[in-house]
Formats: sequence, structure tokens, C-alpha cells
Amino acid sequence: MAFNYDNYLRVDKMPTLWCWGCGDGVILKAFVRAIDELGYNKDDMCIVSGIGCSGRFSSYIDCNTVHTTHGRTIAFATGIKLANPDKKVFCIAGDGDALAIGGNHTIHGCRRNIDINFILINNFIYGLTNSQTSPTTPQGMWTVTMQKGNIDPTFDACRLAIAAGASFVGREAVTDPKKIEKLFIKGFEHKGFSFFDIFSNCHINLGRKNKMASAMENLDWIDSRTVSKTKFDKMSEEEREGLFPTGVLHQDENALEYCDMYEQVRLAQQGKRKPITAADFAKKA
Amino acid sequence: MALREIISSGNELAAHAAVDSGCKFFGGYPITPSSEIMHELSDLLPSIGGTCIQMEDEIAGVACAIGASMSGVRAMTATSGPGISLKAENLGLAQMAEVPLVVVNVMRGGPSTGLPTRVSQGDVAQAKNPSHGDYKSITLCAGNLAECYTETVRAFNLADRFMQPVFVLLDETLGHMHGKAMIPSEEVVKAGIKSRKEFTGDPAEYKPYGVAQDEPAVLNPMFKGYRYHFTGLHHNATGFPTEEIETCRKLIERLFNKVEAHQEEIDSYEEYMLDDAELLIVAYGSVSLAAKEAIRHLRAAGIKAGLFRPITLWPSPAKRIKHWTDKIEKVLCVELNIGQYRDEIQRASGRLDIDGLFKVNGRALSPYEIVEKVKGM
Repeated sequence: MAFNYDNYLRVDKMPTLWCWGCGDGVILKAFVRAIDELGYNKDDMCIVSGIGCSGRFSSYIDCNTVHTTHGRTIAFATGIKLANPDKKVFCIAGDGDALAIGGNHTIHGCRRNIDINFILINNFIYGLTNSQTSPTTPQGMWTVTMQKGNIDPTFDACRLAIAAGASFVGREAVTDPKKIEKLFIKGFEHKGFSFFDIFSNCHINLGRKNKMASAMENLDWIDSRTVSKTKFDKMSEEEREGLFPTGVLHQDENALEYCDMYEQVRLAQQGKRKPITAADFAKKA
Repeated sequence: MALREIISSGNELAAHAAVDSGCKFFGGYPITPSSEIMHELSDLLPSIGGTCIQMEDEIAGVACAIGASMSGVRAMTATSGPGISLKAENLGLAQMAEVPLVVVNVMRGGPSTGLPTRVSQGDVAQAKNPSHGDYKSITLCAGNLAECYTETVRAFNLADRFMQPVFVLLDETLGHMHGKAMIPSEEVVKAGIKSRKEFTGDPAEYKPYGVAQDEPAVLNPMFKGYRYHFTGLHHNATGFPTEEIETCRKLIERLFNKVEAHQEEIDSYEEYMLDDAELLIVAYGSVSLAAKEAIRHLRAAGIKAGLFRPITLWPSPAKRIKHWTDKIEKVLCVELNIGQYRDEIQRASGRLDIDGLFKVNGRALSPYEIVEKVKGM
């Protein structure tokens, strides 16, 4: 029997506002398949989105949904999660959201390692607002704010997330939806901050001015920039130039999760345990 | 009402009021002169199973508190002027999406970094419109130690009644004042808690924003089977984005109406020695303490002065202000800013001859400065 997406979607809000051929819909499908596979209850889920095309993601999934301000998804989600630690909390953000205006929250969400699933829909451009440079726009590309070629260095979101302390970090691209689904399943089940960098296409507002005006051309370009972690690890520094590894890039099963640690604060305040010391954070053998 | 005596500071009283009001979540960022509220709550909230979190910045502090409140938990943040400036955008989201929140602002000198450790009332105008767009602020202003407690309690109930952020303005003097306060018992406060409305019917029939034009949204807690949508965009009865002309107009008008139509539930003021007064002093916050002492000196010298002290600053008790400004010719506004509330007194009274005594050097006003000013009027 064909997979029934309608169980999880707000079908009355369709069609989406995304452009014909946009990768965001591919990610939406992978998300739905992943939560179905995991058997999550819609009433126990909350999706928090930011501003931009990705911001509309929350309105299409039939669960508790919050469309917030630009860049602040993690901050809102942190309040929701700490007040409801047994619920599943997801953030959906764009590259501008997560890495420019909301960069600070991304760093500290990762650092706290709070059990939130953070999905970065990374299309390398401010698509909704007509092609301004984003922190992930490749150097040399045309943007409406860098019309003679972008000079800003390109952010590697996964390296940032790993350095900041996220305990699950992975990357996939909309060229391979099945892999996104599998990555989601692994990451959603991981306890701690799970960071997903999902490369998506914006052939309309990135592609048209950069010689890839169709979805297929834009997807081919994404394909040419990604390589599996297994292959990437075997490559020389020169071969890695301009490439981004995909798959699970980092996972630490022993990292302490923030809601769990805050519960220890409560217990200490209530006299049910001794004050927290460095010993509470000693690495497990 | 049974009162209890407590020796504490204004900031600590605000923190205790939050806990007694059923607040379970605080998100904030350190800033002088409000930090003691977070210090106190970092001790109190986890002790009762709640959460107090110091976030990475002011923006995250208010955002996580709004998030907790969206999920159905009573929540608070506290800060000072620069923090409000940073929180402004998300306070706008809470106005638009109708999320209750108590925001304590312990005012210090501004603009910018200003005078961080000194007193001011410079954020009164900011409290009226901290964020862009059209909405109606509710702002309460404590005038003594006990009110740091009672106004915070009232703020929680008003936030849940009107489904929007409610400001509690303290100033550095009150926040750091340490002394005796007579406040209601915990039982009385708990018995007075008026929680937000909840829809209990069929989820298919639930329209969180589909309410009468003078009523707030009815937002159920998350994770209870009522799956709906919050957004800062213009939205329809079910909470989803729309640009439909009539829906947009009605939404913004309702954000005004829900407050204006029920102003009698929000109004609060004190009238001190006004019955026979020939000179009206308008003062609020810690300044009102100096004003009362000045009035006693003035009366001893044969000048019949009286005080009108707004406790709810926004929406202003305009009708009551006009009642007194119609009756009394000489009116003096005393503020630790350059007439931010005098503007409102002028508006409410329809008079441009309202005198002012303003001080903006970070120092408190002494009763004698007020006495001198009045004698020269």
C-alpha cells in the first residue's frame, strides 16, 4: 500500500507556498516518513520554525506548531522543551536563520546539548526575499547584494555544530531523499542536540542567476558538492576542496543532555542530592 | 485581607510573587539593576520543580519564556531598558500571537548603556510601544515595596486574562530598596489565581483566534490533543497565515479592543489627599514616595497639595486623570525622565499647561526638591 502522507499533513493548507520543484517539499516528505517509521504521536510533537521559505514548514505538519521570529527557533524551542522534557521538539530553520541572524542561538543550543532536533534547510541563499547573500553562499556566486560575485567566506554548518558541542551532527542533500529519512530516524532517536544540515535547491533565486535555472541543474550542482563521509575521509586536502561530506558526521552517545542535567539541579535544590560538581561531568570510561 | 510582614528587596519580592502566582518558568539574561530577580528564581523555581534558565542573550531569554508560555506554563522574564530594546521583536510576537508573559523592567538610566546602577523612569514610553506595529500594551508600575509583590501577582492574572505580555515597571530605587513590606498571604494569592481560558470541546471545532471582537484568543496548552499554529504573521481564526483583507483588519482591531473594552479590569491608581487639593501632583513609582512626603510638608505650610498616582500606566486611567485636571488648576508632573508621562497627562486632560519637575541625572528626587518647585509655582 502506498505511504499515506495525509496522516501527518495539514492537507487543507496545501498547496505549499514553495516554488515548483523546491527541495523543501522533499525534506517535508522525508520528515513525515521518519516520524511515521518512529511511530511518534502527533500530539507529543512540537515543530518550531523561523523566517524564510523554511519558516512555513511548521504550518504543514499536523502537530503543535510555532512559527517564530527570524533566527530564534532554538530559543523558543528551549523553553518548550525545558517545560515539557518528555515531548519531541523539532526546529526548522534556513541558512540565514541558523547561521546569520540566529547564529548565537545555534552555538548555544549545540553547547547545551539539549534534546532538540534541529533541521537546517540549507539552500545557500535568501530565497524568499529574492537572492541576498547567505552565510553558506559559495564565493564567486551572483547574489542581489553581491552582484559582481560573492566575496564572503562560506560557512560549514556541521563543523560549527560539532565544535559547539552538538552530540549528533549529520548532513544529506535533497538529491537523495531516502538518505535524509534515514539520517532523521537516527538523529531523532538520539538523545541530545541533533543537528541536520540538509542541502536543498533554490533554482529560482540561486539558480537562475548562476547558470542552473532548472531544478535538475541545481540538484546536479548540489550533487557535485557532496560526497559520502567514507569517501571524504580517504581524500587528500586538495581533493576535499569545495566538497562537503554527507552521512552521520559526529555522534556522542555519552554526552550529557541538558534537560537531564537540569533535573539534577532540581534534585539538588530540593535536597535530594548533593550539589553538582565537576565529578558529575567526568567522561564515562 | 490577611497580610504578612516580610523584610526583603523589591527585586526579591517580584521573584516571590512570581512563584506564589504559579510561575514555573523564568528565562533571562543578567542585567543591572534587575539581576537579583533571576538570582532569587534560580533558587526558588527548581525547588518547586520549575525552571530558571540564564540564556545566551536577552533575545533568547524572552524567547524561551514565550516558548514555555505557549506550551501552557506561566512564565516570566526580567530585565532593564537595554534588555527590553533587545527583546522588543519577540514581545511583538507575543502581542500578535497572544501569548501571556510577565515582563519585569527594573528601570535604570538611558538611553543606551546610560547609568546602569542608577535610577530612572526613562522606559515609560518604551513600555507603551516596545515593538513595531499596532497593539495595546498593559503596563503596571509599583510605587512601593509591597507593590513590587502585588503588582507582579496582578500582572500574571492580567496576562492570562488578556493573553498578552504585561509589563511590571520597577525602578532601581525600588528594586534595590530593602525593608519591611506588608503583603498578602500565599494562600490568598493562590486562591486569586485566574488561569487562562481553555477550550474543552471537539478539537475539530477549536478556533483559538475565532473569538468575539473584544475578547482575547483562547489558547490551549500544547500536547493535549488540540494541535494548532502560532505565528507572528496576520492569521485567521485557526491561527494560520492569511492576507485576507477583512481578517487582517479585524485581528489588529481586536488586539486593541480586547484591552480597551475591559479597561475597568485593568485600571488602578491611588489618590492621596486629593479631596480638598488645590494643587495636583502626578507621580508614580519610587518618586511617589517623595511626592507623598512633599505633600505632607506642603500641607504643614498651608499649601493644599494632593497626589494622583497611576499604578496602571498603560492603558492610562485617562478619565480619572481628566476628572482631577478639570477640577484642579495647578498640575505638576514629577518624573525621573523628561515628561514621558506628562505627555499622557496632557493628552488625557486636553491641557498644555501641565507643569513638570523632571530629573535625569540618575539620582532620586528628594521631597524638598518637590516642595521648592511647588512653592515657586
